[in-house]
Amino acid sequence: MANMSQVKNEMPVQDPKVRITNFSEVALGYTPEQAIDEATRCLNCKRRPCVGGCPVAIDIPGFIQKIVDGEFEEAYQIISQSSALPAVCGRVCPQESQCERVCVRGARGEAVAIGRLERFVADWHRVHVTEAPKPVPSNGHKVAVVGSGPSGLTCAGDLARKGYEVTVFEALHIAGGVLVYGIPEFRLPKAIVQSEINNLKAMGVKFETNTVIGKSVSIDELMEEEGFESVYIGSGAGLPRFMKIPGENLNGVYSANEFLTRVNLMKAYKENSNTPIQHGNRVAVVGGGNVAMDAARCARRLGADVMIIYRRTEKELPARAEEAHHAKEEGIEFYMLASPVEILGNEQGWVSGVRVQQMELSEPDESGRAKPVPIEGDIRTIAVDSVIMSIGTSPNPLIASTTEGLATQKWGGIIANDETGLTSHPMVYAGGDAVTGAATVILAMGAGKAAATDIDHQIMGTAD
Amino acid sequence: MYPIRSKVVLNPTVVKMEIEAPRVARKAEPGQFVMLRVEDDGERMPLTIADFDREAGTVTVIFQIVGATTEKFAHMEVGDALPDFAGPLGRATVTEGKKKVAIVGGGVGCAIAYPVAKKFHEQGAIVHSIIGFRTADLVFMADEFRAVSDHMDLMTDDGSAGEKGLVTNALKDLIDSGEDYDEVIAIGPLVMMKFVAKLTKEYGIPTVVSMNPIMIDGTGMCGGCRLTVGGETKFACVDGPEFDGHLVDFDEAMSRGSMYKPFERHAYDEACHLYNMEVK
Repeated sequence: MANMSQVKNEMPVQDPKVRITNFSEVALGYTPEQAIDEATRCLNCKRRPCVGGCPVAIDIPGFIQKIVDGEFEEAYQIISQSSALPAVCGRVCPQESQCERVCVRGARGEAVAIGRLERFVADWHRVHVTEAPKPVPSNGHKVAVVGSGPSGLTCAGDLARKGYEVTVFEALHIAGGVLVYGIPEFRLPKAIVQSEINNLKAMGVKFETNTVIGKSVSIDELMEEEGFESVYIGSGAGLPRFMKIPGENLNGVYSANEFLTRVNLMKAYKENSNTPIQHGNRVAVVGGGNVAMDAARCARRLGADVMIIYRRTEKELPARAEEAHHAKEEGIEFYMLASPVEILGNEQGWVSGVRVQQMELSEPDESGRAKPVPIEGDIRTIAVDSVIMSIGTSPNPLIASTTEGLATQKWGGIIANDETGLTSHPMVYAGGDAVTGAATVILAMGAGKAAATDIDHQIMGTAD
Repeated sequence: MYPIRSKVVLNPTVVKMEIEAPRVARKAEPGQFVMLRVEDDGERMPLTIADFDREAGTVTVIFQIVGATTEKFAHMEVGDALPDFAGPLGRATVTEGKKKVAIVGGGVGCAIAYPVAKKFHEQGAIVHSIIGFRTADLVFMADEFRAVSDHMDLMTDDGSAGEKGLVTNALKDLIDSGEDYDEVIAIGPLVMMKFVAKLTKEYGIPTVVSMNPIMIDGTGMCGGCRLTVGGETKFACVDGPEFDGHLVDFDEAMSRGSMYKPFERHAYDEACHLYNMEVK
């Protein structure tokens, strides 16, 4: 008999007052009892809309039924057939706009908490099954993966499972991409990312860190001189955008990328860190996406009063509702309908304030989206000593500019086939943010997966 | 790991290290830089490439002990290894098409001005070098510069070696005496580059400067190294590190360079304290 509760089992979380003083994980995860109770809310319906809502098509009802039976490891095995990074996705996927959005339980009440269940299963496996995956015998074919973020790791994992000799090239000194430099510890503990990477290593995937493709070695050289038959580019969207307003180069103005990299990758939040970071008293974060929430919540944990400045209203925030909710609980102020026009500085060259133009929303246009329009003459000055710009990122041009015959969009994205990820360069594939511009972890993973399938078909000569 | 193959102490605060890094050595060109760490959990530090040997697979860096990381680096010996060494990053110096150039190096900047002078020399350009140091004890690479220069001026602030005065004095004298340069390349402290650029602007001589701002990744990702060049924001790591000296906002660069001074001072004192304890 299904559990007909209309609401999800609540996720246990750290108390907001406590968690703003630490960088430990906010969400604590279900207990086995909570997981089983939540799993019984799944009707195991025939239509299975959730599977279609998942970019990597996990057999969601399948793994949930295993949870119902208390067979957690079996549940894990089902997920891992489709996803290389379940512990990551269970934490950072926007389930509410994917699998859970189409769950039949959502018609009356809340959807089944698929994301929380995925996380539970992955965490259970990590704690209880310490045996590393075994390497698959080599099929003698070499594939290079550029970038060790979610897209590259997924592609590498899928190919390694098929017996390919995969080398992942990473520009930074540790693998993980945005999972280690961008998403903060309190949302995605780095030990979890490391354990997923260790699993790939155990399967035989090689990682070459400190190697900047396009600089240290080019794509063509990888293929012509180092024997790689195919290359997958998952280099992400790493280039931060700025607003091009006066004062943006004052001391105390960070891109969200820089701020998060200092905090996450370089561990600037630790007291004895070798990496400095400004501990602002009053910090303005400009932007309304998940990255803005991450930056705001990091700044809060470093002791600042933080406000998020966004040009539309809370309803239009691109961030996940859960992230905005957590940010609010942590005392972060939401200053909506405002857009910075100038950052003010003191005589020492440090930020002293930000001037913002008040906005209002226009009537929705044909696309249904209301545009923010300035309210003539309504410009206010807010005193802050640090500003974090979180208005988006663009794909890094390093690879495209050093690879002949690799076509890109005007804005820098690599042009790749929607279904296979194949670029204009033979046997070179691309996916994730490098192709789409900044998007989500799971979409990047979906692209890595699709490319792995096509690379296999091409190399094995089984493409139809 | 990237083993240290040789180490030479050039002066009391400047050290030269040859690092084994075949991938970097294969592609390195004058003007580019590497990003390295001296220990796990250490900061990422950019250093401009001073030399490279493609055959041996080594890259040479020359650095001044200015803070905790460089202090720790200076204490490393042949046989030790760096955990991380990535590159080559940034754009290479454009040396083609110039017949006569003046290379101006200041302090540790001479280390990276040298490969540029050498490359111009090898390509058949007339090279005039002006290298400046505070005092005689700090002078290094003077012979190397002499070997690749058609004319060389050594300047010290106190006159204890070469001529007494600033590199800008020497450069002005050369220009005033009728030397006609296609380009001036200035590499050294920001304040030196600022005044070289100011001088050459008066004479309308194209001038290239090499910027070395605070950086984290070195690949365009953080934007921490941004500068204003000709009114536009540029990233030193991917757009530079060399820029048109007449367009760089040096005052802003100096202000940004001082952002973490108190932290750096503290970290340096800590590192020195630890080494002093070891000595005792």
